[in-house]
Amino acid sequence: MKYICLGYIDPNKFASFSEAEVNAMMDSCFAYDDQLRANGHFKGGEALQPPNTAMTLRYTNGRVVATDGPFAETKEQLGGIMILEARDLNHAVDLISKHPGAKYGPWEIRPAADLGEMARQSEARRGITKG
Amino acid sequence: MPESLPDIHAQVDAVYRADAGRILATLIRLLGGFDLAEDAMHDAFNAALERWPVEGVPGNPRAWLVSTARFKVIDALRRRTRFEASQDTIAETVHGSAAATPDADEELPDDQLRLIFTCCHPALPAEARAALTLREVCGLTTEEIARAFLTSAPTIAQRIVRAKAKIRDDRVPYQVPSGAELPERLGTVLAVVYLLFNEGYAASAGPSLTRADLSAEAIRLGRMLVGLLPEPEAIGLLALMLLHEARRAGRVSANGEIVLLEEQDRSTWDRSLIREGISLVERALATRRFGAYTLQAAIAAVHAEAATPEATDWRQICALYAALLAVQPSPVVELNRAAAIAMHEGPAAGLALIDALIARGELRDYPLLHSARADLYRRLRRNDEARIAYERALALVKSDPERRFLEKRLRELV
Repeated sequence: MKYICLGYIDPNKFASFSEAEVNAMMDSCFAYDDQLRANGHFKGGEALQPPNTAMTLRYTNGRVVATDGPFAETKEQLGGIMILEARDLNHAVDLISKHPGAKYGPWEIRPAADLGEMARQSEARRGITKG
Repeated sequence: MPESLPDIHAQVDAVYRADAGRILATLIRLLGGFDLAEDAMHDAFNAALERWPVEGVPGNPRAWLVSTARFKVIDALRRRTRFEASQDTIAETVHGSAAATPDADEELPDDQLRLIFTCCHPALPAEARAALTLREVCGLTTEEIARAFLTSAPTIAQRIVRAKAKIRDDRVPYQVPSGAELPERLGTVLAVVYLLFNEGYAASAGPSLTRADLSAEAIRLGRMLVGLLPEPEAIGLLALMLLHEARRAGRVSANGEIVLLEEQDRSTWDRSLIREGISLVERALATRRFGAYTLQAAIAAVHAEAATPEATDWRQICALYAALLAVQPSPVVELNRAAAIAMHEGPAAGLALIDALIARGELRDYPLLHSARADLYRRLRRNDEARIAYERALALVKSDPERRFLEKRLRELV
């Protein structure tokens, strides 16, 4: 099963880190990612630039309004996402608990939703047929 | 000839389903804990998906998976120790044990028992024991367990995470209890198995398919236990489950209504399960060290042997209930005995016993007490009292088939 793992970080926390500390953190995270990759668990992922680079769009009064900044102003911000292949939820929990990133902020793990059936129904409504 | 990829996937799945519990059991012993063992096992199964299509399926898939898993752990620890000096000691332990015992990949016959006893350890909360056993011993996924228990996957996942943390933190020993400790610890294991069976057996309508699977898992566990540790009560429990299972098809009508034992079409009963159950009951009784499960199985066997409800040997059933009450005094057993006595000596005798239970303040909110009482009043043609008792039972039942059953009985009173 695919699980989407959302890694959160507190951006302020890292301001005080020395270069050596940042390197050690990154090295340990990359090494673990490599291990996940080698065992077929890492199915994709991206790190995110800091929250101040974000734009948020919202449909308000019949039109889309763009604001600068992240959707939610919280102490911990989304720092990256990973698509994880795991046998079940407990397996995903085990794999992510060992991720060095877990020391620096919370992870949220959610199963990917299978919208296949919904998509097929939608296609039928829209008159699309697939061979 | 190289096998096609879907075939290999199906084979790997089949090995997982059949052997993951055994492989995990051996790995936990070899690696000294759930955490390393589980990761390593999953990584080994992934490696099988990659390598078996190329290299062919090994002659002994289980041994291949165990040794691959061990290699994966050493590999993972090597990666990790590059960054975390604190892990050195763990790595040393694993390297050390791997080097010292070259044939340590071999599983021991009691590895699976160790795992079962650990998953059902009394230090764990009762609800965690069932979830842990299903996942680690039976190889079900968290999501499957959640569906079977009609709860959410995160609820089950957390139960399992906490249980494993407790096993680690309390240093629950990974071993099969022996001597004086065994009967009590076996009792805890059998209770988990029986709970699983009943969870699956109680559900009769609606989304019952996954729940019937729970009964199948419980029977699989029961067979495994009897094979590994043929204690009389383990045999008795397996017999009890098989004899109940034999009647599964007859206990619910085509439209999902409950059918009482006396009204069941006995031709729907599974004769081969009954034969197996009866021979297990005889085997357990012959040890003369039997207990409550064996006695309940013996009662089920007497019912199963009767070609018609009228042919039931109620005298024997009453005697078995008396024996059961002696080893397991409980108001529910008393209630069942009262119902048997009502069949043997007449409804008035049964009613007196039930009223005595109520007078002692027992089972006042137990719907089956009120429906049994209603039934006896009905047989005595005391319809007003029967109606009151059925209504009391109706107010207490929780499932729809039970409610419909009681409503039907109420209508029939008029």
